[in-house]
Order: sequence, then structure tokens, then C-alpha cells
Amino acid sequence: MFACLHGPGNLTPLAFEFSPAVEATSADTVTFDVSGLDRLFGLPQDVAAAIARRARECGVKASLALAANPDAAICAARGFPGVNLIPYGDEGKFLGALSLTVLAPSIELLETLERWGIRTFHQMAALPPLGIAERLGNEGLRLRELARGEAERKLLPIIEPLTFEDEIELEYPVELLEPLAFLLARLINGLATRLATRALATDELRLRLKLENRTTHRRTLCLPVPTLDTKAFLKLLQLDLEANPPSAPVLHLWMGVNPVKPQTAQTGLFVPVAPEPVKLELTLARIQALVGEGRVGTPELLDTHRPDAFRVNQWGRSPAVITRQVVEQPRLALRIFRPARAARVALAAGQPSFVMADGVRGKVLDLAGPWRTSGDWWTPDAWQRDEWDIALSDCALYRLYCAPRGWFVEGTYD
Amino acid sequence: MGAAVLKKQFESVLGGARDWQYRPEPELVPTGVAEVDSATGGLPRGCLTEIVGPASSGRTSLLLSILAAATARQEFCALVDAEDAFAPHSAAGAGVQLSRLLWVRCGHSAEHALKAADLLIQGGGFGMVVMDLGDTAPQTARRISLTSWFRLRRAVEHTPTVLLSIARQPNAKTCASLVIECVRNAENWSGARHTSRLLRGFDVRAQSLKSSMKRRSLCSPVFTARAI
Repeated sequence: MFACLHGPGNLTPLAFEFSPAVEATSADTVTFDVSGLDRLFGLPQDVAAAIARRARECGVKASLALAANPDAAICAARGFPGVNLIPYGDEGKFLGALSLTVLAPSIELLETLERWGIRTFHQMAALPPLGIAERLGNEGLRLRELARGEAERKLLPIIEPLTFEDEIELEYPVELLEPLAFLLARLINGLATRLATRALATDELRLRLKLENRTTHRRTLCLPVPTLDTKAFLKLLQLDLEANPPSAPVLHLWMGVNPVKPQTAQTGLFVPVAPEPVKLELTLARIQALVGEGRVGTPELLDTHRPDAFRVNQWGRSPAVITRQVVEQPRLALRIFRPARAARVALAAGQPSFVMADGVRGKVLDLAGPWRTSGDWWTPDAWQRDEWDIALSDCALYRLYCAPRGWFVEGTYD
Repeated sequence: MGAAVLKKQFESVLGGARDWQYRPEPELVPTGVAEVDSATGGLPRGCLTEIVGPASSGRTSLLLSILAAATARQEFCALVDAEDAFAPHSAAGAGVQLSRLLWVRCGHSAEHALKAADLLIQGGGFGMVVMDLGDTAPQTARRISLTSWFRLRRAVEHTPTVLLSIARQPNAKTCASLVIECVRNAENWSGARHTSRLLRGFDVRAQSLKSSMKRRSLCSPVFTARAI
């Protein structure tokens, strides 16, 4: 059983109140499947009455028709005002009086039928199918089927955009993170269940908290791989909110997730084990809470000659670059002092002879340098320095440099 | 029935006396330095290894070789840097694949380093976890209780992870399965002073102070860390 609403007004939401399968047939017509509503309302006329009643409540002035197939319902709704119920098998008889213009055929076809004196559904339905096929082709046959109320087709339902969002309005503001965690768990579990029913996972979770001081606190969690691990999400959110607490008590919670397909990659038998992504994300969040934000990740060298230029990327966010560089011999490593230690340097013949800095003190026994380097002189952040490799009497090898701001010990060779 | 009787019955069935205390030797992974590998056999998985030595003794050069070898095996490594002393340029030059290295900068806190290393080992999945206490003051490193080291050893036991610690002096005592002490022999300079002098590197003697593995004698191989 199908229903069709035709008329002005917002018909789609009204149709969705009765069925999830709604077709937007045209701007002023919606068709929807009402099979199964008899269990709720009773006979088809009761279903029609319920829809008409709801339409009146919504202020929608539309004609309604119920029929066994969608096209018969559409024709009846477009052709007859008020509520019409077409009995099964009597579609042709019921629609017979309607004008062919209801079917909106092409102008050429309508002119041809006018010349033949065919103006109503009844007249069209009476024509022999073979003759129509010979003279009017497929379009003519289709018109005949519609006129007889025998056209069978599937609905083309509107697919609702998948939005996974949820919110909670609170009667009293929540001040502490612990009670907030219970509300967060409720939101996360609800969203995870909705995702799971559609075989989806998420790699991004957005949280918006409306606060008592009329500001909004926004947090976004990104995971390297899609998952549905609600416990991990809750713990990550807790750690994140502990590190970045809202500035006032919370009045309203909104949570949205990004629906994506779950990860289906399979690793090889002989590939070395890698940390489990979600577990690692939790571990990193815990470590980050310990050492501070931005202090955990993968180092990446910057494309510059500036000494010690690097940035720390989030683990798993940058693609793994596999380089096959083979270094046969161990390379001399440098350990950096961060920040570089300011030094007092005694010079002899323009070369350092004695160095004194925090934890560094000694006579220069051997040295190499200076190596003059500079860069970024075309920017406000220009740099220049003279470098020395020095062996001090304290039995260590250092890198020493002289910059416009003074002398510094950059690190030790180790 | 006593355990001794059971043992005897098993031995009679299996035909001969058995070593009931036998524990399989851990898998050894190469360090990337042929001299050290041939002498020590490599670093044991599931065990704590200490690399100790004063500043400029070659500890970090050895560490970077170990990390380069591990990342070349496609393993993921974690470096817990207590004093924020890691130089990514130096590591890249030594062949370490930085994209496979997780760097935790503890901001001059040995306590944070200890906790971070513990969390990483508990999380699992890393081929190597390195705790760099190389610039931590000896008195601070000594303050780390033996219980903490024991906890780390127990955490890494029965896992395929190599736990490595770099420090100025041995701290883990009985918890370490292998202790390698680095001593700088001589630095190599080239060219005349004031003109074209260059630091070419230095020779490092890596003394194996302790090895719990059978059939491995204590040794002191020498390798050269080259600057260029």
C-alpha cells in the first residue's frame, strides 16, 4: 500500500512521520510506503484518516490518495481533491474519469492523442496495446499502463544523510570532570551503537560543551585508525579534558563523530609487530599528560640549514617513509643541550682557549673550526654562527658556537 | 606424591636426567656494530641492557647504530629522552628511520622518563624502548630505586621488546642482563691546527661488564665512531 500527498507545504517531514521510505516525486508531491501501518491504525481508511488528521495538525492542505501501487496513488492525489482510497483491483475504474494531462505526457504525444480524441484515462486504457506499441512506442505503452492503474515500480526513497550527533541538555551545571565522564560515556555509547548498527567506525570525535559563562568549549579527538572502542574514547576524552579543562561549569553537551569504514587491513605473518593503534593512542595520551603537549611524537627534519631544525609530528599521522640508507660504520653522534648553554670563552689568537659554561669547564686541548654558517637572512628570523669542535680538559668533546648573542655550548659529541 | 618422585618418574619415562631449571636463552638482535655483535652476540629481547659511560664515550653513537639497525628491520622504536638531548639530524645521519621512532621528550625529568618507559613497555608493540639518562646527573639516576628497575625488567620479560638504558654509570644492578661500558680511546683529528683541522671521529672500547647469557664471555671490542 502506498500513499501520495500532493499540494503546497512541507510534505516530506509529514511523510517521514509515517514511513522511512519516502520518495520526493516532485516539488509538490511525495509518495511513501504505508505497508504495515494497518497494524498500528487498522483498516486502510483509518490509515488515510490518521495521515489526513496529522496533515491538518501540521497545517498542510494537500490531497491524499492511497493505492496498491505508487503511480495510481500519485495520479489519484493529483487528479482528485481531498482523501481518496483506491480499492485494490479497481484502479482503472477509479482513475477512468481523470484527464490525461495528469500524466504529463510529452507535448507531441498529447497532441497526437488529442487528434485521436483520447482525453481521459478511461479512453486511453481502452486502446489496444499492440496498436499503441506500433504507433506510439514505449512511451505510449507506459501511458496506457498508468491509465489502467497497473504500473508497477519501486519507490526511489530519499536517503537521509548519515549524521552521528547527540546532545544532552542539563538542568543543573556540572562542575567536576568525574560526573561529566558519566554523561560523556552515555553519549559515546549511544553513538557507538548507532555506528555499529551500520557497520561503521569513527576516527574523529568532536565534543562541544556550552558553559555557564556563555562560552563554548570545543575539543576534537583524532585517532590514527577508525575504531569503536568506547572505553578508549572515554579515557582519551577524560585525559584531554584533564589537560584542557573547561573554564566554567557545563550546561550542555554535544558530541559528533565522523563515520568511516572500519579498518580491514591485514598484516603479514612475518612483518614485525607494531603497537596496537588505539592502545598506543591511549598510552601516548597518558604520556602527554605527564610530559606536556607536543612533546611526544615522531621527529621530522625540516628542509633548512638552520641547526637543530626539526618538528615533532603526532605518531601515526605522517606516512612512514622507508629509506634504505645503509650506514656501515657507527656515526659520531651529537647530544644537544636544550637550551644551548651560555658560555664564557677565553680567546688566544682568535681561537677559544678556555671554556666555562653550566656543567662545562676546561682548557681547550684541541679544536677544529671556525665553520661559519648563516641563513634565512631574507627573513626577520635570520641566523649566523661560527662553530668549533673542541676537546676540553674535562675529557669531553663539545660543539661550541659564537652567535651575535654570545658564546654557547650546543652539545657534546658522544 | 612429592615433586621429586614425579620428576624421577618423568625422567625414567623420558630416559635420563633432565635440567628442570632450564630457561631458553633470549633471542639476540644485532646492534649494527659488527665488533660489538661478534663479541656480545647482540642485545637480548625481553631483557634490560645498560649502555654506560661518561660524556663523549661513544654511548650515543652505539645507541644510534642500534636504533638504525632496529628501524632497518622495520621495527618501531621508542626513545624516552630524559634530558631532551636527542639530535634528530645526528640520528638521521646514522641511518635511523625517524618515521619509525617515537620520541618522548621528558624535559629534564628522570621520574617522567621512568613512568613513560613503563607505560610504553606495558602498551607493547615496540621492538625497542630506549631510556636515555645519558645527561642525567649520576646522583639523580642513582635515586631511581631498584624496585623501579625490577618493575621495568618484569614488564619487559616475555615480550619481544629490547629495553635499553643509557646512563653515566650502571644503575639497574641485578636487573640488567647485559651491561656495556663505553670508553673513548682516542679521538681522530686530521689536518693542521688553525688551517684545515677536522674532527674525524673517535675509537670506542665497548667493555661488556656483565652478561647473564651463557657461553658469552666478558669482552671489550673496539669500534670507531666516524664523524664524516
